[in-house]
Amino acid sequence: MTTRIGVVTFPGSLDDSDARRAIRIAGGEPVALWHRDKDLHQVDAVVLPGGFSYGDYLRCGAIARFSPVMQTVIEQAKAGMPVLGICNGFQVLCESHLLPGALTRNDHLHFVCRDQRLRVENAGTAWTSDYESGQEITVPLKNGEGGYVADERTLDALEAEGRVVFRYLDVNPNGSRRDIAGITNEAGNVVGLMPHPEHAVEALTGPTTDGLGFFTSAVKKLVAS
Amino acid sequence: MSSQSLDTVKHAEQTPDTELPWAELGLKEEEYARIREILGRRPTGAELAMYSVMWSEHCSYKSSKVHLRQFGEKAPTEGPGAEAMLVGIGEQAGVVDVGQGYAVTFKVESHNHPSYVEPYQGAATGIGGIVRDIIAMGARPVAVMDPLRFGAADHPDTKRVLPGVVAGIGGYGNCLGLPNIGGEVVFDDCYQGNPLVNALCVGVMKHEDIHLAKAAGTGNKVILYGARTGGDGIGGASILASETFDDEKPSKRPAVQVGDPFQEKLLIECTLEAFHAGLVVGIQDLGAAGLSCATSELASNGSGGMRVELDDVPLRDSSLSPEEILMSESQERMCAVVEPGNVDRFLEISEKWEVTATVIGEVTDGDRLEIFWHGEKIVDVDPKTVAHEGPVYERPYARPEWQDALQADDPAALPRPKDGDELRAAVLALVSSPNQAAKSWITDQYDRYVLGDTVLAQPEDSGMIRIDAETGLGVAVSTDGNGRYAKLDPYEGARLALAESYRNVAATGARPLAVTDCLNFGSPEDPAAMWQFAEACRGLADACRELGTPVTGGNVSLYNQTGEAAIHPTPVVGVLGVIDDVARRTPMAFRDEGHLIYLLGETREELGGSAWSQVAHGHLGGRPPQVDLERERLLAEILIAASRDGMADAAHDVSDGGVVQALAESCLKGGKGARIVVPDGLDPFVFLFSESQGRALVAIPRSEEVRFTDTCAARGMPAARIGVVDGEAIEVQGQFTLPLEELREAHEGTLPRLFG
Repeated sequence: MTTRIGVVTFPGSLDDSDARRAIRIAGGEPVALWHRDKDLHQVDAVVLPGGFSYGDYLRCGAIARFSPVMQTVIEQAKAGMPVLGICNGFQVLCESHLLPGALTRNDHLHFVCRDQRLRVENAGTAWTSDYESGQEITVPLKNGEGGYVADERTLDALEAEGRVVFRYLDVNPNGSRRDIAGITNEAGNVVGLMPHPEHAVEALTGPTTDGLGFFTSAVKKLVAS
Repeated sequence: MSSQSLDTVKHAEQTPDTELPWAELGLKEEEYARIREILGRRPTGAELAMYSVMWSEHCSYKSSKVHLRQFGEKAPTEGPGAEAMLVGIGEQAGVVDVGQGYAVTFKVESHNHPSYVEPYQGAATGIGGIVRDIIAMGARPVAVMDPLRFGAADHPDTKRVLPGVVAGIGGYGNCLGLPNIGGEVVFDDCYQGNPLVNALCVGVMKHEDIHLAKAAGTGNKVILYGARTGGDGIGGASILASETFDDEKPSKRPAVQVGDPFQEKLLIECTLEAFHAGLVVGIQDLGAAGLSCATSELASNGSGGMRVELDDVPLRDSSLSPEEILMSESQERMCAVVEPGNVDRFLEISEKWEVTATVIGEVTDGDRLEIFWHGEKIVDVDPKTVAHEGPVYERPYARPEWQDALQADDPAALPRPKDGDELRAAVLALVSSPNQAAKSWITDQYDRYVLGDTVLAQPEDSGMIRIDAETGLGVAVSTDGNGRYAKLDPYEGARLALAESYRNVAATGARPLAVTDCLNFGSPEDPAAMWQFAEACRGLADACRELGTPVTGGNVSLYNQTGEAAIHPTPVVGVLGVIDDVARRTPMAFRDEGHLIYLLGETREELGGSAWSQVAHGHLGGRPPQVDLERERLLAEILIAASRDGMADAAHDVSDGGVVQALAESCLKGGKGARIVVPDGLDPFVFLFSESQGRALVAIPRSEEVRFTDTCAARGMPAARIGVVDGEAIEVQGQFTLPLEELREAHEGTLPRLFG
């Protein structure tokens, strides 16, 4: 049985078709989910894609959090369903309090699009089990508000519990605290990151194919369970 | 507003002597007389508003039309470009057949003046406008590009304009989810008061989805959808600022529109869903001249008339007058013609995307465009007279007196580097000059990855997008235009712009098919600027015929002039090419040591308008490089064959900055050095810096060398082996060595230093 992974489309989602393509290439079955529909259509996992949901006019991800689909996603995430938030999806996860902290405007105040080197710090989550701890990968990064912030106690706790999943190497592209590029929740089923693994799944269009592991991790884990 | 002050058609008939502010709206006396003659009475305020915007230079092409005709008259009638044309000039954008049932539409437009006044919004809404042109053809937009020209890089005002323009392009395009895959950034004093902000969009559709703007079918409904109409973007001194209306209204908004990319993203999805559901009979985007343009164009292109209830237009500002509603250029609006039975379906789709949609009128069986306000008729015109039968001018033009002196000022007289050390210094000065420096500080603010089909993006010779994941079918687009060449000779300058763009597309392995152009010039009322325009049109039309690449559409921007000082004539030419399998593309980077570097084409001493003459001496004079379009075609054939047959590992067009600039870019992109030998009989300086056309660098694996050189020899293409990819420096033997690290610092450090 193929693993069904839902990709939510909010108004203003932009990388939803890329996420669906990545799931397909990883051997999963992508399922398009609509923001107004509470029904998750029996998916085994959910991806919240990049973009500018609802225009991001109030605060990135702040409106998306209240959409009907998110009510079910939040419930299911708390029950253990794997959820991956990429870029705007990471912002939505923080706004939903599924992950701690927040994303703020890049410290240099410009939107940045670059091929970013990352270190995988935790290969034990639902979305990183196909990597090895300490592995270095390169995937595109593109954001205007990607600076990860949290209070010192939260940051210390994230570090102590191994919940920093990715760290920026070479360049900290947006002023994130402690070079944090992505984090996970206590259970390890919810992961959020600013870089875009779904743009690094084909040699032809990506800088590498290093991003594919996110999706194969989820597909394999769900097949095994 | 009281009904007494409403200027209805009836009122206009009864008050023939009422003075209207036609001059303040930019109309000439004879144009106003012509409107009176067409109507057989004085126009109403609303009619005057419509005619004034639609007969403006921007909308009517009244000064350029007589020259633009050549693009149709001289259009190639045979060859792949001619055969691929599905929709030509005159529609919102041209459409080209790229095979496998796909068609591609592309167009470049200017948003120059607004971007100088308000750089962020001007540039942002430039993207918005060109994207709506593409969706109005029924195509899904897949990429954008931005050819930009600014004043001197170190001028304080450039620090105001450039960051705003770049942030506006990024802010709008990134939020819209369209990859930005290329463009140009050029600095020159001549653009100080008139920066050029052009925007190009590419869209893809299946053949059966091509739609043209028209309003056929009596009883069909006219639906306005998208953003509400506000007071922004009402052109210049409006009719209303002057008379009749009182002081209690909100003050006039700036004439620059404000963009909302989120609304535009919803508009794209809503429009394409309505198209695919078969609900759209006709469609038009609302750009310049807003509703005036959309209603008159739709009605004019259809078979019937149209009746519009202006009271039904959803407003952001309830105090707007009917004239203001007709002239508003509020962004993110479209107008569709839908059969009555499909209106509910259409409204359901717009509701799904949370887009406001309102029926504002219907197609009638007459031939009049009638617009009502509070039940009274305020417009009653033949729409063709508004949209298509505006004035046409044969502006006087004359070759300027200074042209001879300019051409006589030959760069041969300029001092040149005399030895290896001086050559080395000249190379560093060149690659670090703002025009030749890396543009990544700018392009890294644009999303090039979104949609997941970007195969090549800047700084590659052309941007390339995959359009079919199964077969690998793709398109490549490049834009080019060298204002310095065109200043020296506008006829040749336009041909050079096409030659370079064509070459750039071929360098990546795609077959050039069609052209879009954005013609940026000075004032048409200045005979010298008008001569430049006429010469450039003639040159481009001739060159398009010779290369078999028809012009499918584009845009003219005149009045890029501050006082007596016009910009360099700047024809920006976009070429679209097709590639059967994007996996075969040829990138520009030298990636593997040991690959042989060949220079294709002939190098002559051609330094007129060159980057070297600008960087080393601030000089502009002489003749631009010669153009040989037969040679360009041959070079393209060889580059395409090299890509298709896997002979070349890298290819890079040689253009401004010459061979050494191309070498530096290919080496830096791949992180590999090169050992270079100056070919026998060539002066090292001329070899490195000349800008002779019809040339490209290619990197050939040793295993392919014989096959490649045989191909060149068989077709009579000069090919000189000038070196090998090797090491971590560019070494020109017997002259100098430049470590890549030093080269990179020089090339990539300039823009961050200026603008970071």
